[in-house]
Amino acid sequence: MSKDKSTPLGRVRNHGAAAEGTGHFVGQRVSAIALLFLATWFVLSAALSMDGPTYVAAIDFIVQPFNAVGVILLIMVSLYHMRIGMGEVINDYIHKPFAKIALLLLNTLVPLVIAAGALFAVLLVNFGA
Amino acid sequence: MAGATRPDRPLSPFITVWRWHVTMATSIIHRATGVGLYGGMILFCFWLMAVAAGPEAYEPVGAFLAGPIGQIGLYLLVAAFAYHLANGIRHLVFDTGAGLKPSDAETTAWFAILFAFAAPLGLWALVTFGG
Repeated sequence: MSKDKSTPLGRVRNHGAAAEGTGHFVGQRVSAIALLFLATWFVLSAALSMDGPTYVAAIDFIVQPFNAVGVILLIMVSLYHMRIGMGEVINDYIHKPFAKIALLLLNTLVPLVIAAGALFAVLLVNFGA
Repeated sequence: MAGATRPDRPLSPFITVWRWHVTMATSIIHRATGVGLYGGMILFCFWLMAVAAGPEAYEPVGAFLAGPIGQIGLYLLVAAFAYHLANGIRHLVFDTGAGLKPSDAETTAWFAILFAFAAPLGLWALVTFGG
């Protein structure tokens, strides 16, 4: 290491882009393909099997194991997908450093909190008192 | 900033100096519906929590969803989803390098917009007259 006289920039140049720059790009598309099926299934299945937005219809839907697993997957993949998308929007349109960082933090916190609440809700309906 | 050292010149093309065309609209609507669906997903999660909270807690939520504002909201959510889905497929095809010829991109752009109107109507018809 001590023989390395190159500047930090020079070292970075030698190492290229650390092979991480495409992570979000790929993740966004993989989750998009998953959501193609998951979200379409949910919209059709919920609209066709639920007889209006009643409590009984909602419970009947969520207590079916296939639906519960589908909804859990839908929540996790959607929140991952929308966090990347919103991160892109924030990075594109918000230029003030403080506001940008605050919104990016919020964009991590909100999906996380919402996911925990919604997943717990699905489990509670299935296994709760 | 640039004005202090240079004469005012046009900046890089932005929506205020760009002629409107349909492929540009699809790109903007894709973001707008994406942001809308972000909100929709948060509301969906709250809906699940309301269901888990029990019948009394769910009562006002169910009444709101069955009412005019709730129904319009659900309709708009389905429309936003349908658009984002159709245009998302378009983007996945673009990623393979296909469909980028301007005339093709414009045709598929109109299809995505049409689908956003047709899908919620189709779903409503299916629910009302179908199964």
